[in-house]
Amino acid sequence: MNALRHFFKSFLLLELFRGMMLTGRNLFERKITVQYPDERAPQSPRFRGLHALRRYPNGEERCIACKLCEAVCPALAITIESQQREDGSRRTTRYDIDLFKCIFCGFCEEACPVDSIVETRIFEYHFENRGDQIMTKDKLLAVGDKHEDQIAADRAADAAYR
Amino acid sequence: MSDDLVTIEVNGKSLQARKGAMLIEVTDQADIKVPRFCYHKKLSVAANCRMCLVEVEKAPKPLPACATPVMDGMKVYTHSKLALEAQKGTMEFLLINHPLDCPICDQGGECELQDIAMGYGEDVSRYTDNKRVVKDKDIGPLISTEMTRCIHCTRCVRFGEEIAGIRELGATGRGEHMQIGTYIAKSVDSELSANVIDLCPVGALTAKPSRFEARAWEMIQHASVAPHDAIGSNIYIHTLRGRVVRVVPRDNEALNESWISNRDRFSYEALYSDDRLAAPMIKRNGSWQQTDWDTALNFVAKSLRQHAPQDLGALVAPTTTLEEMYLAQKLMRGLGSNHIDHRLRQSDFSDQDAAPLFPWLGMNIEDLDKQDAVLLAGCNISKEQPIVTHRLRKAVLKGGRVMMVNPRRYETPFELSTQCVNGPQEMIRSLAGIASAVFAYAAVEVPESLATLLKGVTPAENESAIATELAEAGNKAILLGAIAQQHTDFALIRALCSSIAMHTGAVFGYLPEAGNSAGAWLAGVVPHRLPAGQVAENCGAHASALFSKPRKAYIMYGVEAELDCNDPATAQQALNEADFVAVFSPFASEAMRGYADAILPIATYAETSGTYVNAEGGWQSFQGAGQLPGEARPGWKLLRVLGNQLELPGFDYMSSTDVRDELKQQFPADIEFDNSVTLNGGLQMPQATDGLMRISDVPIYAVDNLVRRASALQNTTDAQFIGACVNPQDAVRLGLTNEGAVLVKQQGHMSIMPLTLTDDVPEGCVWMSAGISQTSELAAGFGPVSLQKVVS
Repeated sequence: MNALRHFFKSFLLLELFRGMMLTGRNLFERKITVQYPDERAPQSPRFRGLHALRRYPNGEERCIACKLCEAVCPALAITIESQQREDGSRRTTRYDIDLFKCIFCGFCEEACPVDSIVETRIFEYHFENRGDQIMTKDKLLAVGDKHEDQIAADRAADAAYR
Repeated sequence: MSDDLVTIEVNGKSLQARKGAMLIEVTDQADIKVPRFCYHKKLSVAANCRMCLVEVEKAPKPLPACATPVMDGMKVYTHSKLALEAQKGTMEFLLINHPLDCPICDQGGECELQDIAMGYGEDVSRYTDNKRVVKDKDIGPLISTEMTRCIHCTRCVRFGEEIAGIRELGATGRGEHMQIGTYIAKSVDSELSANVIDLCPVGALTAKPSRFEARAWEMIQHASVAPHDAIGSNIYIHTLRGRVVRVVPRDNEALNESWISNRDRFSYEALYSDDRLAAPMIKRNGSWQQTDWDTALNFVAKSLRQHAPQDLGALVAPTTTLEEMYLAQKLMRGLGSNHIDHRLRQSDFSDQDAAPLFPWLGMNIEDLDKQDAVLLAGCNISKEQPIVTHRLRKAVLKGGRVMMVNPRRYETPFELSTQCVNGPQEMIRSLAGIASAVFAYAAVEVPESLATLLKGVTPAENESAIATELAEAGNKAILLGAIAQQHTDFALIRALCSSIAMHTGAVFGYLPEAGNSAGAWLAGVVPHRLPAGQVAENCGAHASALFSKPRKAYIMYGVEAELDCNDPATAQQALNEADFVAVFSPFASEAMRGYADAILPIATYAETSGTYVNAEGGWQSFQGAGQLPGEARPGWKLLRVLGNQLELPGFDYMSSTDVRDELKQQFPADIEFDNSVTLNGGLQMPQATDGLMRISDVPIYAVDNLVRRASALQNTTDAQFIGACVNPQDAVRLGLTNEGAVLVKQQGHMSIMPLTLTDDVPEGCVWMSAGISQTSELAAGFGPVSLQKVVS
């Protein structure tokens, strides 16, 4: 009985037709493939991409060199040196993130008491030379300056859940 | 059970306690945690923070553990509902006015308030009004203030009153208006003042030089020993990625208790000064070239071999480690020369054969607190030895009497019973007066050796008083300070003080100048003694003769001749004229570049392993903490390689411990220290001279190459140069006024400096600091000098 059923199943190509039906159905349904880079998948405001250092609206850098991000970083990707600035405030003299070490866990952002270090939506970047993967303070501030509007909007969108 | 003990019950656990002890002492001993801010084991009980409230059975309200004496059968609950409620309530009140600036606070991570707030604080503050803001005070270059953070525990105030002995900080106002500050706007100048940084339970007082540089959790702690005074204070060096960022005290009840001097704390700043050397340098055809170690050491070895042993001379700084000292003398003696010394500032070597094995304190450092009478001869105690000062102050508070015989008046943070202030030569006469009063009191005949010296000396009133005090006290000591050891008649001072000590039954001791002066004697860095105090066959030239009878080649080990030597002018002249000068130094000073032919960068105490011997004869070894800059190397390694280059036998050590052990083996196991002096006859009173005499001492922040480069210490009041100081009477006689400068002439050397009039300097004397650049053009620290008004 079993052998007979198997014979008909394979002789009449039932499984093939079932598979072709699925293909056929999807042929006419709405496409979900995203044509990257012409099209983009949607991103959450919590997306954890390239890091940035933010500034206050008056242009003052937010980072106060508390080194909590350095302490919390599980990959030891952050290196900070700090000193007293001429005006007496506590500031970093060096803020390096090694993107080869970073695992984009977002702990640095969580630890930051002044919302200075953030992870942006940027995920498309490449390095051409050894050493380029170190995001220095200047580079991080530049990223922050360029994308401040987006960063601020993302923080605002997520604020209700924090 | 003894009567002194009572039994109490804490959290159901039965504990034995000393009668009269405070509850918190008992719980601390039993490792039961009671939160506290104002209580500190070394300070008096203030009970003003109310954090240590605990429940005591039968007491209607919770009681502060720090101010509740134990009673027999007492039942205490430190974590009961009532106790916790009280503690949480206190915490909430404390946090009302404390700012939430932990991320920018240097105390963050090691803050007592932070820790206890984790345990007892609420998550959310119920306080909605404005927080209190307090203006910051400027209290000098060492301590930075953030007074808004202050929780009024008054530990700093009590420290000033009880430990430092100077009431500098105080509380003004009451309740919410209470503020901690200096009574009058001024800096805090005690030599121990920076200990309030460690005492402060919050971030109100933090270290200014390392402000904002490192967090508590990222530093690595290394145990070490401080090099700047004869105590060998135990310290922790904290490094961040190999860089020394701060120094804090390491508790040692027998030496420094819980404190260190500001000098020990902030001298690390010098490690990163601009003139720190990172590579060996040799001078070729008059110009300096950086080179590698092979070339440099070959050059030094070749140049040393070109000179006969009697033409060589070596000076070793007394802050060098024992291992380096031992190797340096082994190298010199291997070359056949005994011309090695470390007594850079001494000027009288006439009785060096009678000197003890090493300048010993005569007792344990701990025993200083127990003295009933102490005579300090030639000693600016509070600037020379801050920790000894603290211990003597403890003795004074217990009723002890401290007396001083000095060439000028010095301030002390405790009450002196007598201070004899005469000029340098009169000081000898004063000691002679005390000696003859002592002989009279003891009704003994003046020994023959002192007969000529004491002839015709009648003790003045205060001298007799000192003699009586010494004779009648229980525990007593006579200590020679740095000024006595630099005095031109050191032999006389030693002879007089030792016989005063002998006939009063007092302990006779020395307060050596530097961290390893004692080690230098033990290692044989003296021209007349080999390691372990064995007598050398041919006595070499001492530190002063090395320059007055110039050599052709010199080794200067950690010495900056222009500042470290008694007679900087002669020293520089001799070095400039020498054929070859090799300098082992962490720093390359301007003057050094002038006279040296090779400068070899060595490690400082913070970067090498080594041993220091303190005044009580204790050997303290330590490991390097900081990373060496560039090519600089620990000194013992360089000397070892140089020994090999010179093909000397026995220079194959694998570690600095090997070197130390080789030296230690040479001492007999049952060694006993003895400071007694055998007197030879022929001691004469020094000839009285007409005209002005120079007196000098080395300021607290000029004692060695490290502190001279510590910028924060150099900005303190103590480091300010006040020029030549004379008595107002002399100024009138010489027609000098307080304004403008004077021309100082000393043995053909001249220098122009400001003039200060002060009663502290006796008539006929001019006081000028030694060991600083402003007086490095002049000759020896003591000697005739003349002043002339500069007409501008």
